[in-house]
Amino acid sequence: MEVVISLAIGVLAGAGVWLVLRPRTFQVLIGLSLLSYAVNLFIFSVGSLAVDAEPIVRPGVPTDLAHYSDPVPQSLVLTAIVIGFATTALFLVVLLAQRGLTGGDHVDGREERP
Amino acid sequence: MNGLPDHLVAVPVLLPLATAALMLLLGEGRRRPKALVNVLSTAVGLAVAVALMLRAQGDGPAAFGIYLPGNWPVPYGIVLVADRLSALMAVLTGIVGLSALVHALPRWQHAGVHFHVLFQLQLMGLYGAFLTADLFNLFVFFEVLLAASYGLLLHGGGRERVSAGLHYIAINLVASLLFLIGVAVLYGVTGTLNMADIARKVVLIPPGDRGLLHAGVAILAIAFMAKAAVWPLNFWLPPAYAAASAPAAALFSILTKVGVYALLRLWTLCFPPEAGASAGFGGSVLIWAGMATLVFGAVGMMASQRLARMAGFSIIASSGTLVAAVGFDTPALSGGALFYLASSTLAGCALFLLVELLERGRQTDRGPADTDDGRHVLPAFHDGVPPADVNLDDEEQALIGHALPAALAFLGATFTVYAMVIAGLPPLSGFVAKLAMLQPLVQIGTPTAWTLFALMIGAGLLAAVALLRVGMRQFWTSQDVVPPRLQVAETVPVAGLLVVALALVAMAEPALVYTRAAAEALHAPERYIEAVLGATPLAAAQGGH
Repeated sequence: MEVVISLAIGVLAGAGVWLVLRPRTFQVLIGLSLLSYAVNLFIFSVGSLAVDAEPIVRPGVPTDLAHYSDPVPQSLVLTAIVIGFATTALFLVVLLAQRGLTGGDHVDGREERP
Repeated sequence: MNGLPDHLVAVPVLLPLATAALMLLLGEGRRRPKALVNVLSTAVGLAVAVALMLRAQGDGPAAFGIYLPGNWPVPYGIVLVADRLSALMAVLTGIVGLSALVHALPRWQHAGVHFHVLFQLQLMGLYGAFLTADLFNLFVFFEVLLAASYGLLLHGGGRERVSAGLHYIAINLVASLLFLIGVAVLYGVTGTLNMADIARKVVLIPPGDRGLLHAGVAILAIAFMAKAAVWPLNFWLPPAYAAASAPAAALFSILTKVGVYALLRLWTLCFPPEAGASAGFGGSVLIWAGMATLVFGAVGMMASQRLARMAGFSIIASSGTLVAAVGFDTPALSGGALFYLASSTLAGCALFLLVELLERGRQTDRGPADTDDGRHVLPAFHDGVPPADVNLDDEEQALIGHALPAALAFLGATFTVYAMVIAGLPPLSGFVAKLAMLQPLVQIGTPTAWTLFALMIGAGLLAAVALLRVGMRQFWTSQDVVPPRLQVAETVPVAGLLVVALALVAMAEPALVYTRAAAEALHAPERYIEAVLGATPLAAAQGGH
């Protein structure tokens, strides 16, 4: 499972970095989204990866990470998702505003006019 | 614990949040009550910050105002800590916030929607980032202040602002993602997010995990350095700050200092000389990156044509000086650097406010429509009829001398003072700050220290030349100078910051004693760790349930 998660994070992060470096705003937006997915998965994997292990204490089961998953990274991911979602939405609005004001979708440049 | 004063630590965070919520309920329009509420709330926030500062001056555990918002035991619950450094940053936030706000009242508050709400949220993020003792809350408050700053940067609208805002948002989003990766790695290695707890566990980390720790910290530092505008992560700053409306740019003068603060706090806390194999990790990177930033800022100031860009580059130069000084890990130098931080933040804020007043005459097509109705315009004598009984010159002007328009004279005088503060010329606070940093550098005496010494002198010279050049062009060479139309409320913050800057010179001795004590406390983190981890939750009230 570690390999699958690592591959997923690597592919998402690689694609995200490539897209963030592209010249058009929509590509940057998608790149930022992919990067944030990668980061969210990464945070999630920091607290021991486990199948069928919830972070809620049950009576009679020793409270250690062998029997439960760590709740802290899950709450961190939740916060990060909310914040990332909001800022991405804001970026989308600014992207549209810039599209309207400059007539192009370049991050830092002008549309070549024939 | 004596009840009330401990709750005081949470006030700077809760008050702006409550104010923002209240103003959101008031709806758009109703600017007058909102402005009143905003000014009151900001002033109260400043007063609370000053109270925290006075409280932090004691010795021993009493110097740490520790508050447990959820009343959970320490490494698990979140903690707010107001020590000398946090209180100093909070007071600076209050002063900068109040100045920017009063400046915005006559004109800029009308330039867009939700200015007051965003402003208060920005203050909340700043106060929170300075007061929190928890890495993840630091992230959350960073995001709060960044989200508010996105809105404030776009305040007023226009093509230039939107383009600069797009870059600013993209870069800060990437930096935030790096921040998250760093936090996650640190959590994976140390198993905690409380800064004091992390610092305690750094020593205990097995050698196998130490590489991971260093990688996590380095990624975290990159995020902070991007926010502190350290070269080469700072190309976003000059266009963004030059495009921002004046009150927003003035408030942003403290945003880069948040990055510097985070570096200073975490680095001294986690990697003191006692930290074993990790002692002083990355110090030389901070020094050299800081020096590169200083050079970049100074050269950028020389190369700028517009005063707003120049102010942005001066922010970069001050950031570079601070980061380099922090990297030396010497209490005396850090003490001087903290004084420099206060001085340069206030000067940067004032410069951004002045920029807008100066450029107003030239660029009337920018910004909001001119709402001046002439009622509160400062007296301008240029259009006065010459008295009847004096000799007249060729142009039929009175020979008793050309009266300077008062507004222009005021702007010129304040500009000169701030130019001197930024360039570090005597006798103002910039000079005191540089002297307080140069002396320890001489005592350190290594080639690196001498390099920073030379760079600081050189950067001061370049800054002086650049600001003089702009000043001459702005005040002397204009043929038909149109005195800017000022309203009294717009000049109050500039004059107020002037008073603060002069007070910083007059009170340089106690201020330096304070900043040096703050630096001593930073470089002896055991006391901080002990105080934070020693905090106990309050017992449940008697007969509560």
